[in-house]
Amino acid sequence: MNLAATRGARWFAVGNYTFLVLLSLLCLFPIIHVLAISLSSSTAASAGRVTAWPVDFTFASYDYILRKPEFLRAFAITLERVALGFAMNMLLTVLCAYPLSKQTYEFRLRTVYAWFFVVTILFSGGLIPWFLTINATGLVDSIWALVVPGAVPVFNVILVLNFFRGLPKEVEESAFIDGAGYWKVLWAIVVPLSMPVLAAVGLFTLVSHWNSWFDALILMNFPKDYPLSTYLQLIVINSNPLALSGQSLTEIVEISQRTTRAAQIFLGALPILLVYPFLQKYFVKGIVLGSVKG
Amino acid sequence: MKSVKREFPLHLMLFPGIVIVFIYCYIPMAGITIAFQQFIPVKGLFGSEWIGWDNFKYMLDMPDIRDIVGNTLQISVMKIMAGLTVPIVIALLLNEVRSLFFKKSFQTLIYLPHFLSWIILSGILIDILSPSEGIVNQFLSLFGIKPIFFLGSNAWFPFTLVASDVWKEFGFSTIVYLAAITGINPTLYEAAVMDGANRWRQTWHVTLPGMAPVIVLLATLSLGNVLNAGFEQVFNLYSPSVYESGDILDTLIYRIGIQDAQYGVATAIGLLKSLVSLVLISTSYFLAYRLANYRIF
Repeated sequence: MNLAATRGARWFAVGNYTFLVLLSLLCLFPIIHVLAISLSSSTAASAGRVTAWPVDFTFASYDYILRKPEFLRAFAITLERVALGFAMNMLLTVLCAYPLSKQTYEFRLRTVYAWFFVVTILFSGGLIPWFLTINATGLVDSIWALVVPGAVPVFNVILVLNFFRGLPKEVEESAFIDGAGYWKVLWAIVVPLSMPVLAAVGLFTLVSHWNSWFDALILMNFPKDYPLSTYLQLIVINSNPLALSGQSLTEIVEISQRTTRAAQIFLGALPILLVYPFLQKYFVKGIVLGSVKG
Repeated sequence: MKSVKREFPLHLMLFPGIVIVFIYCYIPMAGITIAFQQFIPVKGLFGSEWIGWDNFKYMLDMPDIRDIVGNTLQISVMKIMAGLTVPIVIALLLNEVRSLFFKKSFQTLIYLPHFLSWIILSGILIDILSPSEGIVNQFLSLFGIKPIFFLGSNAWFPFTLVASDVWKEFGFSTIVYLAAITGINPTLYEAAVMDGANRWRQTWHVTLPGMAPVIVLLATLSLGNVLNAGFEQVFNLYSPSVYESGDILDTLIYRIGIQDAQYGVATAIGLLKSLVSLVLISTSYFLAYRLANYRIF
């Protein structure tokens, strides 16, 4: 190897590291910037003196938001939604994935059932029939409207059923010989062996319920029933605090202040940021399990 | 008979899921008949008047329908192309990095925006891109550039959409590509070195061909999204001043259907979109199966 090549390689390495470091900072900077604004005084923020670090450090915005009943109520609705949605999604995912993971000789209608689910990936009735159906089943304005219609996440079912199939057959078979039925085998053997994939799918479910906002925008007639992300859509994106009744003009000015907006954005993202380290680890596994097999 | 009894618990397990999917996925599919009706909610699906293709004719007569279809295609195709190429480049660059710690930290950082919703990211974008107080325009003004209204000018809006979509999603594909690179047999590199190949030629002749199946897979699967220009993103970032360049089919359906309550027309547009998507998704799965041996299960 000649000297010029190694020198070129060294310059490349330096350039490469620099580029990648800058790129990752670029990805992260907007989030840090908003956090810095939320912790700055509103005069500093509106004068544009904040970059990556708070100026005139203060918790005033957070103090204001965390005493606002609307914010707390939206937060409570989100918690309820996440809890109910998580329980339903996980239960139904496992219950659907296990029969579908069987071979046709063991479960003859398996292929028919599988197609029943796959068709929903390929075709949908669209927004309006979806809305009218939920309306007709009487769920509108109730928390169940956010949980029941999406209770069977088909992609998660596929992810889990692929994992179930990869489990060693012998364990299940020996349990059958010992007289266990399908229910017993599912709960006592298959589910405990599948914790890695269930943890991954469970985390996605939590995040997606936390993040969902559009369904509530359509299915809830009154902003008082909005979960946090829909509430943020209304306040931060739509800038329409008038939609929340019974507020004085000074309050409206305060809500729409830049620091307050920033603090609400950050509080909306905070739970995701907290579970992110776990998510990241499981998600890489989830990708490997799901999309790049075979 | 015996096997029916044996299989019974499996049917029972599927039962609740089947009921929910039937009600909330299959009944709406039947609801597409609204597209052929002068639908009035109180009269219901069976009481409303049938008007044939009138809703479709109305749609074709809408003055901006061509622009909206054009915007949808333009935005989604740009997103697909940027979303395929940027991660390939980043994965190749990251593959040249020796430090495992650096690799891991970098992946963790670029992957974070994927998990934040478009509400959070739009809130951030609206703040940093603001022409009056946003930090991006503050930075540009250091170079004497006049404030750019990224979210309010038709010249900039589509590119803002594509760039912010890449920001949110490129971490995902980068990790998929890196996993593919890790799976390449190391003896291929050893053979290439024996043949006198430098890093650049190794990348060209070993790494890229090794990634090819995954690239083909992601490319074909993205075909199904040609009509999905990203409702959640556009809805949270657009305003009437950028309808000309940023209004897409899904936002149109929302405004006509939910805000104006013109159920028939909105369902008609949604039906056409669903039918085209059906063809695209089926084709993409078929191609992915043929080209990359991909099966959903």
